[in-house]
Amino acid sequence: MASSAGEWSAEQIDDYETLISTTDVELLKKAWRNEKASPEILPFEEALVKRAKEQIQLMEETVDDFEESGHDPLIVSLYQMDLDRVQFLLRSYLRVRLQKIEKFMFYIWKTDMYRNRLSIEEEKFTERCIRDMGKHLEETVLSKMPDNYQSVLKQSVISEEDDMVPEPQLDTFVVAKCERTTRPLYLDGSRQSAGFNSRQVAIRTLFTV
Amino acid sequence: MAGQSDPHISLFSAEEVEFMAEDELIEIVPNLRMDPLNFICGDFGPFLPQIATQVPFWLAVALKKRGKCAIRPPQWMSVENLTQVLERERESQGAFQVLPFHYVEISRLLFDHARDDIPDMYMVRSLIEDIRDVRIHKVETSLEKFSGTSAVKIPNLSAMEVNIIRPFVGRALQAFYKHDNPEKIPDVDRASSAQTRAANNEPRMIMAEEFYNYIQVSKRFFFFFWFAAATEEITNHFQPASDEGTSVLLETLFGESYLVPFSL
Repeated sequence: MASSAGEWSAEQIDDYETLISTTDVELLKKAWRNEKASPEILPFEEALVKRAKEQIQLMEETVDDFEESGHDPLIVSLYQMDLDRVQFLLRSYLRVRLQKIEKFMFYIWKTDMYRNRLSIEEEKFTERCIRDMGKHLEETVLSKMPDNYQSVLKQSVISEEDDMVPEPQLDTFVVAKCERTTRPLYLDGSRQSAGFNSRQVAIRTLFTV
Repeated sequence: MAGQSDPHISLFSAEEVEFMAEDELIEIVPNLRMDPLNFICGDFGPFLPQIATQVPFWLAVALKKRGKCAIRPPQWMSVENLTQVLERERESQGAFQVLPFHYVEISRLLFDHARDDIPDMYMVRSLIEDIRDVRIHKVETSLEKFSGTSAVKIPNLSAMEVNIIRPFVGRALQAFYKHDNPEKIPDVDRASSAQTRAANNEPRMIMAEEFYNYIQVSKRFFFFFWFAAATEEITNHFQPASDEGTSVLLETLFGESYLVPFSL
């Protein structure tokens, strides 16, 4: 829109420029880094993963074509390296998510917020995981326990909540690097304010801001 | 669920940090003619002999390994600049000098793969090693100073330095945080433990970095052992053999033992 274009601040234009120049690889790297560093499972980057998969497939075809058409082996190997790097990122991203699901499967399953963050495949995985784990515990331990202690989720029948379900620890510390100066943030409900500069690395509690 | 937790999901290995650094751009001077490369991570080139161009580090290293280019070391990697940085780094006690976020990884990659492209390679190398040592030492001494707090700011710390201190600092701060906020202790069975504490007039339970609970099945009772382990190492080596052995071991490790019969 021409009328609003004049009102754009330098920062917004900056934002826009970084946005269009940011490749999916950068975005994927960011998603992977965030997923790895956060204690809970984050929303699945569905569109991004889909795009990355398409690009990987396209690139695989291109590399195959190059090989068949007798291209310079050097160029083929360089394209292959690029492909390997993206594949590593994607695999690592998905794998970290699976690890988290395995760790907190019962919790994720019963909490709608987390469950909605899963992809369809991950949901299937969680379901199977829960079934297998339940069956395994049933057969090895629980069936041999007294009647009151046979639940997978509870210590005993008198427990009101599911107290055997591990939950991600949310009030933990994270390391954050600020990309630009922020306004003062009030941490932990305290009076103390902290402005973050672009090059500062901060270690702070998660979710208290 | 026991036995399937991986405490290291959220830690980055040094290789992964290096992987991230390899996406940084660097200038190379190719000695071959090559069409532009249209990668997933962006377009680079065209490559013409003697014409400098910007490429990601991994590509530069790949070409260098095949003898297809010379890498131009980044500007900050000159002897003068590094000498200055080292001096200032030594002078100022608390602050860190401005260096690229990935300076450790970048210099390492260059030393490994592009020795002949760095003027005064040995000098540069020892300077960077000195800078690194001074900075790490500074980090260590500054770590001694911080106390229970919700945020720690360290300006200009680099990726590798953060990664080195991350596991330790994260857990240490968590310990401080728990000391400050006793109600935040993830108590498995808050009601019963509170009652027991009140009844026995026990001191408040000590908290350290990790909180573990062990459930043991003996003939009649469920015993709840909960204890705070000073370090993960101790818990890893810690194998309860019997009820008796466990409580003895807890005493020797932590000075106090918490053995609460779980009444049903």
